[in-house]
Amino acid sequence: MTFWKRFISNRGALLGLGILIAVLLVALLAPLIYPRGPWAMVQRPFLVPFTTDGLPLGTDTLGRDVLAGLVYGARVSLLVGLVSTVMALLIGVPLGALAGFYGKWVDEGAMRFTEFFQTIPNFALAIVLVAILEPSLTSITIAIAIVSWPPVARLVRAEVMSVTRREYVDAARLAGLSNMHILIRQVLPNTVSPIIVMASLMVATAILLESSLSFLGLGDPNIMSWGFQIGAARTVIRSAWWLSFFPGAAIVLTVLALNLIGEGLNDALNPHLSRKGRS
Amino acid sequence: MKLLKATTFLVAAAMATGAAAQQDGGRLDLIVQPEPPGLMLGLVQNGPTQMVSGQIYEGLLRYNKDLEPQPSLAKEWDIAEDGMTYTFKLQEGVTWHDGEPFSAADVIFTTKFLQDNHARFRGAFSHVESVEAPDDNTIVIHMKEPYGPFINAFEAGSMPIVPKHIYEGTDYATNEMNNTPIGTGPYKFVEWEKGSFIHLTKNEDYYLDGLPHIDDLYYRVVPDAASRAVAFETGEVDVLPGGAIENWDVARLTKMDNVCSTSDGWEFFAPHAWMWLNNREGPTSNKLFRQAVMFALDREFVKDVVWNGFGTVPTGPVSSKTNYYSDDVPQYPHDPEKAKALLEEMGYDGTPVRLLPLPYGETWQRWAEAVKQNLEEVGITVDIDSADVAGWNEKTANWDYDMAFTYLYQYGDPALGVARNYVESQIQKGSPWNNVEGYVNPELDAMWEAAAVEPNTEKRQEMYTEIQQKIVEDVPVAWLLEIEFPTIYRCEVKDLITTGIGLNDGLRDAWIEQ
Repeated sequence: MTFWKRFISNRGALLGLGILIAVLLVALLAPLIYPRGPWAMVQRPFLVPFTTDGLPLGTDTLGRDVLAGLVYGARVSLLVGLVSTVMALLIGVPLGALAGFYGKWVDEGAMRFTEFFQTIPNFALAIVLVAILEPSLTSITIAIAIVSWPPVARLVRAEVMSVTRREYVDAARLAGLSNMHILIRQVLPNTVSPIIVMASLMVATAILLESSLSFLGLGDPNIMSWGFQIGAARTVIRSAWWLSFFPGAAIVLTVLALNLIGEGLNDALNPHLSRKGRS
Repeated sequence: MKLLKATTFLVAAAMATGAAAQQDGGRLDLIVQPEPPGLMLGLVQNGPTQMVSGQIYEGLLRYNKDLEPQPSLAKEWDIAEDGMTYTFKLQEGVTWHDGEPFSAADVIFTTKFLQDNHARFRGAFSHVESVEAPDDNTIVIHMKEPYGPFINAFEAGSMPIVPKHIYEGTDYATNEMNNTPIGTGPYKFVEWEKGSFIHLTKNEDYYLDGLPHIDDLYYRVVPDAASRAVAFETGEVDVLPGGAIENWDVARLTKMDNVCSTSDGWEFFAPHAWMWLNNREGPTSNKLFRQAVMFALDREFVKDVVWNGFGTVPTGPVSSKTNYYSDDVPQYPHDPEKAKALLEEMGYDGTPVRLLPLPYGETWQRWAEAVKQNLEEVGITVDIDSADVAGWNEKTANWDYDMAFTYLYQYGDPALGVARNYVESQIQKGSPWNNVEGYVNPELDAMWEAAAVEPNTEKRQEMYTEIQQKIVEDVPVAWLLEIEFPTIYRCEVKDLITTGIGLNDGLRDAWIEQ
């Protein structure tokens, strides 16, 4: 079976992919659907959902369209999720690879450095970083990348360590290939599948982190995001449930979709595991 | 003559029945937010300190809702025709909470005590030549020059009378008695459980017969706005002072049964909100741009939506509740077209401006978002900055902003609470409460100065009217709202707010219907 066939045979993964594509489309088309942007005060505040034409999800405390906010929020969530994950991979993969490949003091040094970050709770560190850097889209993305790379480094290190002991690596050494060449051409390509699976889950975590930061008021105040919508609605949660419900649902759906995809990828990339799992 | 006597009798009878209807006893739970840093009002003058300690300490005077002086520790007072001498007759039979008798010597001592510890007192008393006590119940103040607003500087927050027998000859700041304050007020300090409550009890020896009515006051400390609202709903507290809960909750709580609310009691402070516009650099240094900002803002919308209809849209620097207010000034209605025309005239090139909200909760954040939207609709690019309280203080005090939200008290008179934000001598880095915008207008500076010492009230009004007309034309800052902080309380609490100082000295007359 090809990878793709295995992937689509997992219904959950397919559903996740569908949701993610829908969210992506909405995010890309946001300026076409709502040219006035998410901050425009379009109607009376606190309009209940499904009661006004053109405002299916009602309006918020200032009379802004909740749906427009959701649509624009999708852009922020996806952007932060993807960019911070790529950044985390750029830190974690080289560090883990070097540690696993060279071992000894390189490994010791790299792992102590990684543990230094791992011992500080993720979220607390992210809050501190954003507070120091002043909240903006860039600082939030950087903060999330900085708190999410250590698991990547550890995973890559373990994978590289196990791959390095295989015969074909010994063969490559005997053939006189340089260390760098072996690491990049022979070892790393064989560690890609677990990294892909982990990356898909990291995007989900990053979206959650961004929402949590915005909820606490540490988001970029110029950017409409789901976490911001919920945070702003917190004070009126008893009189206007929809202000926090819909963005909350959007977060749940997107994170769920990414998790399903991650699961599907895991099954598809590791046929041995998936067959055992299904029997 | 007979008729007159009869009327007098009737009035007296009516007053007597009125008094008889007031019931003694009970306990009142109030919110104090945030927890005060200390209760010694002579040393600490934060808002929450004033609210609690205003029951413990007293000033010579208090002010009604029209800001006219009323007796407090002084039962009578007289201002000489030329405005150069103030004479106060003190109440008789007043004792401190520890039983020591109160006398004019305490008042004289207070003027020395506050000189070192109270910036606003120092400002007012810089116009004073000398203070003397011809006898135990009389204080005479001789002025260097006539100073009209002086009579507004005697309430408990501006000049709390402190006990000489406790503080004389000691280091005021480290005196142990600061933790158990002794005053002459209607309530005595009992206990302060830090982080939880401050307990005051009735002063049985209070010099006004029959006052106060309530047995115990508990000022409760609840750190989160939503929890404060819940505490009120569940009946745990009876009074929510203005600003204790988010505006969205005000509408919900006031709809509850047996809940009353009033926006009275802030007349003396008249909190006035505006945006500092940096007059030194960037687009905001251009008068046309600042006028465009005023036309672009939909201030009525913010009042109705963000503040739930509370407050008044101001016409200029002086609140309509403050003395010498005038509405005969240029007007700035919401007019985006006019704003666009002004921006065109100045040749605005789209340079982005930074907007710094006040970090006091959701209300202020929403307000900043609404302002940003208003400004962007006329083509001004706005970036909202974010900062916590310390960051806000630092950025405004060091002029590192383009537009910044703030609100300040006015203390009843333009010379006390308004001039400080617009005169050149008040441009000093390091304080967020002075002329932060950097507005320089020597012509107006001279007028502010002359108006402050003008003894004739009518003339003063003319001078202040002219100042307001000129300054509103220049738009040194963007005036946003005369804030009204509704006080929410259970309806059985009566006479809670009877003065322009509100809760800060209101519990003397308050009583609870049983």
